[in-house]
Amino acid sequence: MTYWALLGILLVVIGFALRFNPLLVVAVAAIATGLLGGMDFVKVLGTLGHGFNENRYVTITYLVLPVIGILERYGLQQRARTLIGRMRAATTGRILIFYLAFRQLLAAVGLIAVGGHAQMVRPLVAPMAEAAAEKQHGKLDEATSEHVKAMSAATDNVGVFFGEDIFLAVASILLIQGSLKGFGIELTPFQLSVWAIPTAICAFLIHGTRLLLLDRKLGRRGQ
Amino acid sequence: MINLHWLYVLAGFVFAGFAFSSAREGSNKKRWGNAAFWGLVAASFWFGDLLGDLGNGVLVLALVAIAGAHLLGRGSRQSTTTQERIESSDRLGNKLFLPALIIPFTAFVGTLIFNYTPLKGSGLIDPKAVTLVLLGVGIITSLAVCYAWLRPPVMAPVYEGGRLADSIGWALVLPQMLASLGAIFAAAGVGTTIGALAGDIIPHGSIFLAVLLYALGMVAFTMIMGNAFAAFPVMAAAIGVPILIHADGGNPAVIGAVGMLAGFCGTLMTPMAANFNVVSAALLELKNQYGVIKAQVPTALALLIVNILILYFAGFHL
Repeated sequence: MTYWALLGILLVVIGFALRFNPLLVVAVAAIATGLLGGMDFVKVLGTLGHGFNENRYVTITYLVLPVIGILERYGLQQRARTLIGRMRAATTGRILIFYLAFRQLLAAVGLIAVGGHAQMVRPLVAPMAEAAAEKQHGKLDEATSEHVKAMSAATDNVGVFFGEDIFLAVASILLIQGSLKGFGIELTPFQLSVWAIPTAICAFLIHGTRLLLLDRKLGRRGQ
Repeated sequence: MINLHWLYVLAGFVFAGFAFSSAREGSNKKRWGNAAFWGLVAASFWFGDLLGDLGNGVLVLALVAIAGAHLLGRGSRQSTTTQERIESSDRLGNKLFLPALIIPFTAFVGTLIFNYTPLKGSGLIDPKAVTLVLLGVGIITSLAVCYAWLRPPVMAPVYEGGRLADSIGWALVLPQMLASLGAIFAAAGVGTTIGALAGDIIPHGSIFLAVLLYALGMVAFTMIMGNAFAAFPVMAAAIGVPILIHADGGNPAVIGAVGMLAGFCGTLMTPMAANFNVVSAALLELKNQYGVIKAQVPTALALLIVNILILYFAGFHL
């Protein structure tokens, strides 16, 4: 076993920190790790190519772009804004808390694919959150607008991460079960998934509180 | 049987369309870089299985070279002006949401139908690919509705999709690249080395410190690998099973489930989890490519403390 291979990790950290192009950082780190781990260059390149080819399914999500693009052409984002503009009770925090609950509950019953950044956040959730923020606050400066958009994406991630493990048949529960089985520890998916519930509730409370604080901040600066 | 390869063929056409639309954008100086990049992605979807490992490796290097040399760039093309969009949104009303909701609705209903009717056993859809196949079905249905209702120019979806793809740029293939980095890390034994290191520094006698190291190890290794799945087997083997479960008598269900969730806190804080944290920032056209991570860190740290407390109290004191 060689500690030299860990140098690749260091390269990744430095590369990301210095904001080099991430694709370049990852490729350099991969090649360095492989070479330091004792592979020859051809083997490293083959492993890299094999991994890329086997994981093409990750990129399939972006087939949604033509649909989202065509709907934006006809004013989908503007529609989302108008709708929120008419709802007097709608605030950024409330909209995002609603979306957080929606995403967590659906993920908890296994519907992880309902939601996501390309399908839901860009065309619907972020424009709605921004429109509500404009109602609360007046015209948004760039930093505030960026923060509202970033919180919209963050809410999607928190919702799906801390909802999905409540579902019995999700990959991570099966992975835990399989890994522990390798050590002779037999557990059912149900025994594992009930222990995802306390964290899921805390995730809702913690992130929900932050969203309410965001509302207060938006309201205050508008006055 | 409908499997991933059907989707790959479809994806090849979509990315070839993006390449075509990028190349046609005369006002963008970087149009050939964009076109070459999407063209290579299309080639990967169509011919990836024929290229062999080394051929795919060369394709990856070509993608990296285009991105690394800054040959990619978003153009200034706008299909319709903001004013036109407001007018069309007023004309079409809330019905405009329906085509967008067809995609999640198809995923919802499709998953239920697949799981609770004989369709599952019929062999029509590969069970491993069912989520992605339903996504594909939703997209095609939605697109068909858009054509029938809005009657856009025939090529409009390709141009509009290409516009969005150009604004995401290299970040779109980063998740796939990170998955192959994971394969190299695994082949070079990075996981076992880290597991051994963590096992070496384990404090004996203090359950709380062992819990802390287990949770922080999950976070750190998840941040390095970009997902908790790679970290869990390593940390379970190094600390979770031998120390927490066997030596200290912790509840295995808590150690397993909440250990994984501690890792998820790491996922919220790393650019290596690109599809959640970096692509999302690009999709929202944020100036700061780490803006989404920045927004997530407070939630992630607070939840990490919660998870450590659950591990300690529920794992050992219930």
